[in-house]
Amino acid sequence: MADFGLLSVLIWLPIVGGLLVLALGDARIALARWVALGTAVAAFALSVSLWTGFDAGTAAFQSVERLRWIPAFNATYHLGVDGISLPLVLLTTFTTVPVLIAAWTVIEKRQAQFFAAFLILEGLMVGVFTALDALLFYFFWEAMLIPMFLIIGIWGGPRRVYATIKFFLYTFLGSVFMLVALIYMYLKAGSYDIADFHALPLTYTEQFWIFLAFFAAFAVKIPMFPVHTWLPDAHVEAPTGGSVVLAAVMLKMGGYGFLRLSLPITPDAARELDLLMIVLSLIAVVYIGFIALVQTDMKKLIAYSSIAHMGFVTLGCFLVFGGGGGLGIDGAMVQMISHGLVSGAMFLCVGVLYDRLHSREISSYGGVINRMPVFGAFFVLFAMANAGLPGTSGFVGEFLVILAAFKASFWYALIAGTTLVLGAAYTLWLVKRVVFGPVANEGVAALEDLNGREFFVLGLLAAAVLLLGVWPAPLLEVMQESVRHLVEQATASKLP
Amino acid sequence: MTPTPTLASLAPALPEIWLTVAACIVLLTDAFAGRSARRITPTLTLLLLALGAAAILVWGQVDQRVDLFSGMYTADPLATVLKLLSFLFTAVALLYSRHWLEARGLLKGEYYVLVLTALLGICVMVSAGSLLTLYIGVELLALSLYALVAFDRDSGIAAESAMKYFVLGAIASGCLLYGMSLVYGMTGSLLLGEIAVAVQGQGVAPSLGLMMGLVFVVVGVAFKFGAVPFHMWVPDVYHGAPSPTTLFIASAPKIASFALAYRLLAEGLAGVEPAWGQMITIVAVLSALIGNLIAIAQTNLKRMLAYSAIGNVGFILLGFVAGTERGYEAALFYTIAYVIMALGSFGVIVLAGRRGFEADELDHYKGLHSRDPLLAVLMMVMMFSTAGIPPFVGFWAKLQIFEALWASGHAPLVVFGAAVSVIGVFYYLRVVKLMYFDAPGDLPVPERHTGVRFTLAINAAAVVALGLFPQALLELCQRVLP
Repeated sequence: MADFGLLSVLIWLPIVGGLLVLALGDARIALARWVALGTAVAAFALSVSLWTGFDAGTAAFQSVERLRWIPAFNATYHLGVDGISLPLVLLTTFTTVPVLIAAWTVIEKRQAQFFAAFLILEGLMVGVFTALDALLFYFFWEAMLIPMFLIIGIWGGPRRVYATIKFFLYTFLGSVFMLVALIYMYLKAGSYDIADFHALPLTYTEQFWIFLAFFAAFAVKIPMFPVHTWLPDAHVEAPTGGSVVLAAVMLKMGGYGFLRLSLPITPDAARELDLLMIVLSLIAVVYIGFIALVQTDMKKLIAYSSIAHMGFVTLGCFLVFGGGGGLGIDGAMVQMISHGLVSGAMFLCVGVLYDRLHSREISSYGGVINRMPVFGAFFVLFAMANAGLPGTSGFVGEFLVILAAFKASFWYALIAGTTLVLGAAYTLWLVKRVVFGPVANEGVAALEDLNGREFFVLGLLAAAVLLLGVWPAPLLEVMQESVRHLVEQATASKLP
Repeated sequence: MTPTPTLASLAPALPEIWLTVAACIVLLTDAFAGRSARRITPTLTLLLLALGAAAILVWGQVDQRVDLFSGMYTADPLATVLKLLSFLFTAVALLYSRHWLEARGLLKGEYYVLVLTALLGICVMVSAGSLLTLYIGVELLALSLYALVAFDRDSGIAAESAMKYFVLGAIASGCLLYGMSLVYGMTGSLLLGEIAVAVQGQGVAPSLGLMMGLVFVVVGVAFKFGAVPFHMWVPDVYHGAPSPTTLFIASAPKIASFALAYRLLAEGLAGVEPAWGQMITIVAVLSALIGNLIAIAQTNLKRMLAYSAIGNVGFILLGFVAGTERGYEAALFYTIAYVIMALGSFGVIVLAGRRGFEADELDHYKGLHSRDPLLAVLMMVMMFSTAGIPPFVGFWAKLQIFEALWASGHAPLVVFGAAVSVIGVFYYLRVVKLMYFDAPGDLPVPERHTGVRFTLAINAAAVVALGLFPQALLELCQRVLP
């Protein structure tokens, strides 16, 4: 297929756009906003053309670009997408658009920098999902921390400094061990190409340590119990847009890492340790679900709910050995995309309320529906999706993973199934306390319903959630071949 | 035996000859020019440095190793590159310093003469072919630096730190000289090439005398680098010296320390690498750990960066621990990258202050972003780069050290290095936090000197460019090391 470096454009267009916005500055903020939005929309349009040009019939990487980068390390500028990374690229470019629109007039200080930070972040995140060279992957993976660090630190809440430094150190600590593993494999394979790593024969002991190093990086990122504690802090303190990107895209990098690196590179270690991963995932689903139940802060509640949902992703990934096969990975992928949309939407909803009353406490609200009927409808829809109601995207992923869990073991499925109760409990209780009931106080009584901009943003996400819920087939089709190939890689032993 | 030197055969020694002449020119100009004409000294010095660098490029280049003066002096591609870089870094340091010195009435010719003699010392060390030449270079550099630290004679803290530097430096020089005398006694030669032949094959267990010599030599090297446990002078000197002097000490002399370690240990004493490797390992590990840990507790930015320098020296020495060609390449890359970053960060310190307000406490950087966005963003680039985060050059420096260490069988040190670099991130982030997340209060706005700020911006651009495309510098390091 003829190609003009579409992936490079997707990475560098937002970064260049971001620098341009930065150059325009707060003095010409009106223009800067439109430049930012234009860049984001253009990037999304280009990624849609990537989707339409994608051949779902093969597991091979497509739109491949390969340029000389650092011959001294035998590292190349190697990009490409397959059925696993393509949906995530789309999710990234899609999410940035509502984030920018939602922040249109809400951000009070350093607006140009705010928009620029998100654009640069977008480019770097696309880089992570499309890099086929491990060094390039790591390069984007780490570089991405810088804009996020600034986003939380500059525009965040009262405890933002604590939260952002914790976020940075936590993820950086996890990542350096991944770097060590990458160096080790480079010395063995003679190149940083991920395909070479996939083909690299490794003994069990090597696989074991490499798996743990990857685990350190990805488990923190996704995050898994017990290394999840940075996430509630980061989410609570981040500005709305930061929370959305964090939940919608950044967490997915952990899941992507497991699928792209852990499973194919260390299949035998993953097979041996899958019980550990499954148990940790189930703890996340159940225990974190209970924790979500007792939260009094809306953002914190959604943050914990994110961790529980990510438990499903890791569960789906590691059911591949127990008989779950491709079904679990399918479920994990759908869950990632769906959670990206749903949690992003939930954070935007909280943002809408926060912009009006400047409180995230559940107790500050009550009876919001009386004053904001349209908002209430959206909020209930997203809450239902979060709880996994059939007809929304949340249902598809959870259903597939539970199905895969049944194939593996009845008990896994039973424990995972509790999420249907727990998820419904904490989400619906949240809805009840915030949206329904009598008008709780004067603040709520003075609320005004969504303006056009907010309506557009939430409507966009609602459409996506419903579309994916009733018609997930295009997503499943696009990743079918890649998942099949991945299952082959993961279940084929590398041991002699 | 040796042929009478002709003018042409002296060409490889051009840098040193040029610097000697340049120092004299600056000294005489300054002495005889009137008070008003003295202001040309900084420009004259920069011009002489530029001409010198151009002359080296045209006439002073060598394709392979050339020994002069009966082997006392060595010119090789490594020396040429290190000298050119030292010229460049010194020129940049002087450029950043000018307004600072002028505003505080310290713009005197002696400052520039001392910097030139220090640079001469660096060049002599870089080209040393024998222990004696090496020692002369070390002393020439050290004596110039002592005077530079005490340059602001009205400042009590500067005098104190110069005194500490001098006393400790003298002891270290003594150690180095004593170690050299033992090495000479055991090998029968002062020439590094002959020493290398003499110690060949002595491996892990050299004779007791040589071992003693090695210990003292390593102490000397560690002191000049500022490595733990011989680091005590570093924070005091960095803190107490006038900021331009700190800027200079953090830049080109690090190249000299690399040259000292490389000429002495990797070339002269390569045969007993296992023996000194053990000692350097301890020094390197302690430096990386203690430097990064203690930096966290600092409230003064210059002191914090001093401990950061100690930590970074630990990483450079880890390259020597690898003991392989890749290791030395990595150490050289790290040294160059570190100096570029140190120039940038100390450059910001020099520029962020104004007369009556030295921007050296961490708290002085609160809200720098709203007072001076350019300086803040440059400092942020330097901090992230020094922390080793892509897309900046510091990342590649660390990566190479890790790779060389692992390839030479030091896997635990790689894990150690990775863990230590996480500790380091904390205090670099704190500087970013102060500049970007905190309110500025009523701190003064830095003066704006367009030309200097432009240079500083180029400095930061180099950090980014080398971060995105490190290949050129990597190739350079590979080419010059045999």
